[in-house]
Amino acid sequence: MNKTRTLLAALSVSLLASTSAFAGDVRIMWYSDGVEGDVIQDILNRFMKDNPDIHVTLDNVAYKVIQEQLPIQLEAGQGPDIARVTNIKELAQHWLDLRPLVADPKYWEDNFADRLDWMRPDGSNAIPGFMTQLTLTGGFANKTLFEQAGVPLPGDKATWDDWVKAAAEVAKSQQLPAAFAIDRSGHRISGPNVSFGANYIGPDGMPAKVDDGTKAFVGKLVDWTAKGLMLKDTWVSAAGSTYRAAADDFINAQIPFYYSGSWQVANLSTKIGDSFDWVATGSPCAIAGCSGVKGGAALVAIKYTKNPKDVAKVMDYLAREDVVKEFSERTLFLPAHKGVVDKGGLKWVSADKNVGPALDKFVKAAGETLPAADALPPWKWANAYFAALVTRVSQVMAGELSLDDAWGRIDQDIADKVAEAK
Amino acid sequence: MTAAATLKAGIGAALAAPVVWLASIVNVPLKFWQRATGTGGMAAFFLAPNMAIFGIFVLVPMIINFFYSATSGTAYFLQDRTYVGLEQYQRLLDCGNYLDTATCHEDLFWKAVHNTGLFVVVQVALMTVVSMATALILNREIVGRSFWRAVFFFPVLLSPVVTGLIWRWILQRQGLLNLIVHDLGGEPHNWLTDRFWAFTAAVSVSVWAHMGFYTLILLAGLQAIPRDLYEAAEMDGTKPARVFWRITLPLLMPNLLVVIVLALIRAVQIFDEVYVLTGGGPGTSTLYITQYIYEIGFASLLRNPGLASAASILMGLVLVVLTLVQLQVGRRGERKGARE
Repeated sequence: MNKTRTLLAALSVSLLASTSAFAGDVRIMWYSDGVEGDVIQDILNRFMKDNPDIHVTLDNVAYKVIQEQLPIQLEAGQGPDIARVTNIKELAQHWLDLRPLVADPKYWEDNFADRLDWMRPDGSNAIPGFMTQLTLTGGFANKTLFEQAGVPLPGDKATWDDWVKAAAEVAKSQQLPAAFAIDRSGHRISGPNVSFGANYIGPDGMPAKVDDGTKAFVGKLVDWTAKGLMLKDTWVSAAGSTYRAAADDFINAQIPFYYSGSWQVANLSTKIGDSFDWVATGSPCAIAGCSGVKGGAALVAIKYTKNPKDVAKVMDYLAREDVVKEFSERTLFLPAHKGVVDKGGLKWVSADKNVGPALDKFVKAAGETLPAADALPPWKWANAYFAALVTRVSQVMAGELSLDDAWGRIDQDIADKVAEAK
Repeated sequence: MTAAATLKAGIGAALAAPVVWLASIVNVPLKFWQRATGTGGMAAFFLAPNMAIFGIFVLVPMIINFFYSATSGTAYFLQDRTYVGLEQYQRLLDCGNYLDTATCHEDLFWKAVHNTGLFVVVQVALMTVVSMATALILNREIVGRSFWRAVFFFPVLLSPVVTGLIWRWILQRQGLLNLIVHDLGGEPHNWLTDRFWAFTAAVSVSVWAHMGFYTLILLAGLQAIPRDLYEAAEMDGTKPARVFWRITLPLLMPNLLVVIVLALIRAVQIFDEVYVLTGGGPGTSTLYITQYIYEIGFASLLRNPGLASAASILMGLVLVVLTLVQLQVGRRGERKGARE
């Protein structure tokens, strides 16, 4: 009889363990672009050693899971306790306000104040989390290919036309399939659009109609694609707003110039190794400036957690200055912590000679972004704009739409999404 | 009885004991139920679990989907959504000319409808012809017949994602096909960014992936045709083509109809392997209805579950109509056959 009772008790305990969170259990949903999954696990192991009453489980998932499945879990009032996300503003209603839970809210405000608006509902003073990294869109050039072709790398103030012309010469000389590629993403083409004078945000804070700045750069992009200067595959070989990176084409030395962002540094370093030399170029210039768009990934607490106090302890630890510094140095991500940035002296953990100068270039380029670009990360309708741009511009590149028709469609798509979300 | 046989019987009885015990427990209420409700009640009893599963996982989601289609907003819970009646349907059907997608408010939906229509016509025709030809060949006395049957059925066992990835690696710019073309001295082509070739690839890959299943159905039908009919035709000196048209095809018609109906339904629902293969591109030339619904409902940066639900209900209605038409044609064929 006693044995039966013991067995039943064990069964009940294991059932409970599989269905609900115990005090002290914290689950983090995490995605990785490079080595950050290993780094954060290492840091969490140290945290658990210091805090044996808290067990942190790191669920490494694909980025697609974060983008597509997490929002549905959150809508259902479920999900992990903490998540690393890029869709920061739109899901802000699901983040936990850590202000009453963290040890020192002032520390959070002092060090993350600039970016807290990116992750909280408009008008709120909540502390939902912190940016694990800042990103900035920008270009990369295959220095070895340029040298082999005898084409000098365009300088700091080179325009988009200069870069495409130089890259085209390299592609021709080295018999490459294209001169350059930009990731298939509305976020990625927004820096160039802003550099050409675009402003997505109307005076009332709502989406403005497609303006001449956007028309100028997108018109060039379509033209470059038609001429075979931009790699057609990345944008044309998908429908809708599907994200496609062109990193593999750059890594395989198929294109001499690649426009993506700072988060690619670790990826390029790992995969290119010493196959060729590469440099970060910043964002090419145009009539309004040489702007990229800032962004990044945030680690946020989820308000449906059953263990808010433990979550706050984990977040407090991960937001510590020394931890953020170590995380940035080992992952090669730009830090978003004011104390870390102000003190400087980051020692990037990489034997790759291309990495340090590339990250320094991005830090420098971060000071050159235009106000119209800086306004995008905390703007609620940025994703609506990005999605409409990608969908319609790729249709134009595929020959399904004219540019004139595309402008009308982009405006209509955005208006529909605004109406639907209201 | 030998010791081995005794042991075998003992093991059999031991294994059967829990089943017998369970049956004796179930027997009591079942007897009572049969007495109370008769044989009709027993049928209902045995159907109930299946119907419950069907209800929970098919019927209830369908009803919920219908409610979603009458609401708007980005929230997922029905209580958080705004009732808008038939607005989502009006938005989908708002079109100046249904043949010109540029005149439609939801032009991507109509692109997907047109693309799906073309895909269904070409793919189902090709699938039927290829499956029929394969079944006819595999029904003959060829060397290694069992091996070839397994070979043609093998792709059916593959996950659609695996199928899509395999063919993507073959057809992409730096893929296997271009490597072969290059080695043979030809000019490599960007197959998946060319509208014609992307469509051709989508159709061919889906035929390759599923024809084994339909071949099996047709093969079963061919083997059920009495041999004496062919022997009689041979004795009469009937030409092979006439034998096919006058004996094989009419007697295979029920199986053929099943194949066409199943292939049609599957083709209208095409998604996974083409999504992985082409992503719906180039442009929107391989964007099909299911992908449109998926993108709008789940993958888009700003989701619209109401519009996606409305589109899925319209797609469901088309499937119901197509199935009814096919069944009607099948019944007419059977009645005609019976009269003859």
